[in-house]
Amino acid sequence: MSAEGARHLYVHLPFCAHRCGYCDFVTLVGRRDGHGAYVDALVQELELEGALLADRIETVFLGGGTPTFTDPAALTRLLEAMPHADEVSVEANPETVTPELASLLREGGVTRISLGAQSFEPRLLAVLERKAGPDDVRRAFYHLRDACFDNISLDLIYGIPGQSASDLDRDLSAAIALEPEHLSCYELEAKPGTRFTHAWGDELVAQADAMEGYFELVVERLVAVGYRWYETANFCRDGRQAQHNLGYWLARDYLGIGIGAVSTVAGLRWRNAPKLGAYMAALGAGRRPPRELEELDSPTRLRERLMLGLRLDEPLALAEVGPAVDREALERLRRLGLVQESGGELALTRRGRFLGGGVTAELFAENPAKTYN
Amino acid sequence: MPLDRIRNFSIVAHIDHGKSTLADRILEVTETLSKREMREQVLDSMELERERGITIKAQAVRVMWKGHQLNLIDTPGHVDFTYEVSRALQACEGAVLLVDAAQGIQAQTLANAHLTIENDLEIVPVVNKIDLPQADPDAAAREVADLVGEDVTRVLRISAKTGQGVEGVLDAIVERIPAPEGDPTAPPRALIFDSSYDQYRGVVAFVRVIDGHFETRQELRAMAAGTRFEAEELGFFSPDRSPMPTLEAGEVGYVVTGLKDVSRLRVGDTLTSARGGAAEPLPGYKDVKPTVFAGLYPTDSDDYPELRDALEKLKLNDASLFYEPETSQALGFGFRCGFLGLLHMDIVRERLEREFDLDLLVTAPNVAYRVLTKSGQEVEVHSPADMPPDPERVDEPYIRATTIVPKDYVGTVMELNNDRRGRFHHMEYLSEERVMLAYDLPLAEVVYDYYDQLKSRTKGYASFDYDIIGFEEGDLVRLDVLLAGDPVDALSLVVHRRAAHARGKALVERLREEIPRQHFDVPVQAAIGARIVARETIKAKRKDVLAKCYGGDVTRKRKLLERQKKGKKRMKQVGQVEVPQEAFLAVLNLDEDKR
Repeated sequence: MSAEGARHLYVHLPFCAHRCGYCDFVTLVGRRDGHGAYVDALVQELELEGALLADRIETVFLGGGTPTFTDPAALTRLLEAMPHADEVSVEANPETVTPELASLLREGGVTRISLGAQSFEPRLLAVLERKAGPDDVRRAFYHLRDACFDNISLDLIYGIPGQSASDLDRDLSAAIALEPEHLSCYELEAKPGTRFTHAWGDELVAQADAMEGYFELVVERLVAVGYRWYETANFCRDGRQAQHNLGYWLARDYLGIGIGAVSTVAGLRWRNAPKLGAYMAALGAGRRPPRELEELDSPTRLRERLMLGLRLDEPLALAEVGPAVDREALERLRRLGLVQESGGELALTRRGRFLGGGVTAELFAENPAKTYN
Repeated sequence: MPLDRIRNFSIVAHIDHGKSTLADRILEVTETLSKREMREQVLDSMELERERGITIKAQAVRVMWKGHQLNLIDTPGHVDFTYEVSRALQACEGAVLLVDAAQGIQAQTLANAHLTIENDLEIVPVVNKIDLPQADPDAAAREVADLVGEDVTRVLRISAKTGQGVEGVLDAIVERIPAPEGDPTAPPRALIFDSSYDQYRGVVAFVRVIDGHFETRQELRAMAAGTRFEAEELGFFSPDRSPMPTLEAGEVGYVVTGLKDVSRLRVGDTLTSARGGAAEPLPGYKDVKPTVFAGLYPTDSDDYPELRDALEKLKLNDASLFYEPETSQALGFGFRCGFLGLLHMDIVRERLEREFDLDLLVTAPNVAYRVLTKSGQEVEVHSPADMPPDPERVDEPYIRATTIVPKDYVGTVMELNNDRRGRFHHMEYLSEERVMLAYDLPLAEVVYDYYDQLKSRTKGYASFDYDIIGFEEGDLVRLDVLLAGDPVDALSLVVHRRAAHARGKALVERLREEIPRQHFDVPVQAAIGARIVARETIKAKRKDVLAKCYGGDVTRKRKLLERQKKGKKRMKQVGQVEVPQEAFLAVLNLDEDKR
């Protein structure tokens, strides 16, 4: 809601060499000949929306799809068109990371890489339909280090069908051994309607109970070797939080460009239509792409602030979210040792963080607009 | 009509032996109704009766046959309404005892035959459904002849469905059943054998005039209740209401009373004139008390006023239905209801759900207990929640249960009855194949899952009937269910000490399955007083997070949590524990699930 404009910019690069079974992001397979035109459209959209950005941009995030699958010339052009920012992150798939790509990114001003490792176990990578093997992950990591990237994040997925606790333990060891500055660990979400859920749904249901232990294992292992569990699914060392994502969790404004990208600026949220054709046509004609709009009233914004803020390990000022909090629930949760309240600040306890979703739901106050009914 | 031209009779039969079909055929043969007017089973007016094939409310219809006035008094066919049956029979001089040619005598045939004999009625034995391919009319006729002590040649053989032999039944009624006796000149007396409620005209009493005569506009008095009213209209049913200026001794008819409260005119009471009336009422009046109780709660607590209105309306037609407001911590506002028996309870529940479109939660049924407290007070307890924790003595109702089964199943029925604290009374071979077993059982044992057990263990061959025989002391305890230490009042039970552990175990296991995991460990316990007899733990959730949340999915994740919060609001709070409505449903339907 900052009057001075968004300080965080998200850019969506939808292209992938292959669509993984579990993925439900806006992705497009192949179409190498279309990359240049898409980047032109992105640049055009950025120009149209430039007024929404603050003078000083803090972060830029190139997400996908597989941003590093984008045609190198187009990618270079895109990076050149980006406004200057303290942190410029790019998502990368291991098999796309060559020494050339690493230096292309480095020279393009990228400061942080988020590498989608997911697992180090070939059998489980095959289940996820990932192209890269464990050695590809390590090789990519070293190429990035060789190009002087000192802020690398690894993505891991746990709860892959067939993954035992010791499989996960080995994945964590392999990830730790690479000494990344940052780790994101997600439980595999089988989205309804995906090919993956169709194939593995029953197995995922069967192992649902074990996931509790897996989450605990992830936190315990990473914290034990010095990572800070700074967000529900994110860990970092040496103060290397993902600054861009931190913007989301602090409920700051952000501008998103590209197909399917979401922006939230000054109480308004919109999502660009996910269809490439419509997007290209609109921007080709110098118009904004078709969008879905959502107005965020003040109770909703407060609730989001609460929901996002409680994902972090730092306390939330009650003064900021007060009306969004159900006081009775707060007291109940406090007695249960799930929430701490002190000095006008609200935080989840360690156990509360493992139950963050349910605890947050319980903390939600009734929508004040609805109490008049 | 002179007394010697009147015949008053009932048809009694086991369920589905063709009583209603015979009644229909009689209306048709006597041209009381034309074929066009005939609806099937005219006398069973309620939708539910039609579906279950049983008659709930007695009715009376007058037909003419060869110069005689025949009054057919329809009786409810089920054990729960024994008292109503006995009053209806008292209004008659004879009864047609109807037996299915394929099934022979069943438990209610026996019970009804005994009732008719006790009431000194002339019995016209009839074997029905002789047209069925599996019919064995000879065997059925032998059984029924033995039962009523008649020569087998006097047993009529008919098919109510095709009409074959129905005229013979009417002739037999005229020939064999005695005309009513009574003193047409004495002060008027009439037996109320049923009543119904008309929303415009108030209570309508069904009566059999014994002595004297009644006139329209006459001021009348119900002798036991002391209620006074004016007879707004008199008449008989054919089968619609046909007003008449007078009702004479021996006749059967109705009295429109204008009363707004059905409980002021109870079945079994005697009507007389308010001035110069009879000195002595007719014998046999009894205030029928409910024997089975349960809590009825609306699934949606907003429906409480609708439930209250619906019960009020049902009560208008059903004086034996008892209810009073009850509050449960777990289920909210509802009613403790009393019924004449399990069938009565099922019927009330189904009518509430079907005719009034209510969704109900029904607590486990219990019987009426007579409790002597430590302080020497005697109280009647209708709800486990009211059972004192440490009573001096508890008496529970006992029944004499009659079961008729093929002889191969005698062992299994005995085993079931022994498991249920039954006492063997006697056993009798009705034929070479079929055996009648009489047991004394605590009613509470029959209320809990007995019919289903009996049905499944005898592959559906058993027929069952019972009579309340009195109260006896029982080693009974109150079993409470505790969630995280807080009692769930709606789930308390009174059980025999020996069964407490098993019942408690079943309850807590089911609750553990049904209650979702919470943010903390929830002990689920069954306890007698302070002593825990069964325990399970619902382990606390260890993980409940949204895996990832970035700029693109804030809206979706927020809505997810908002829905979760709404879901919590729909839960019932028992102390610290959130219990979904479905969990109560599942536990309360523990027995029904086995069906």
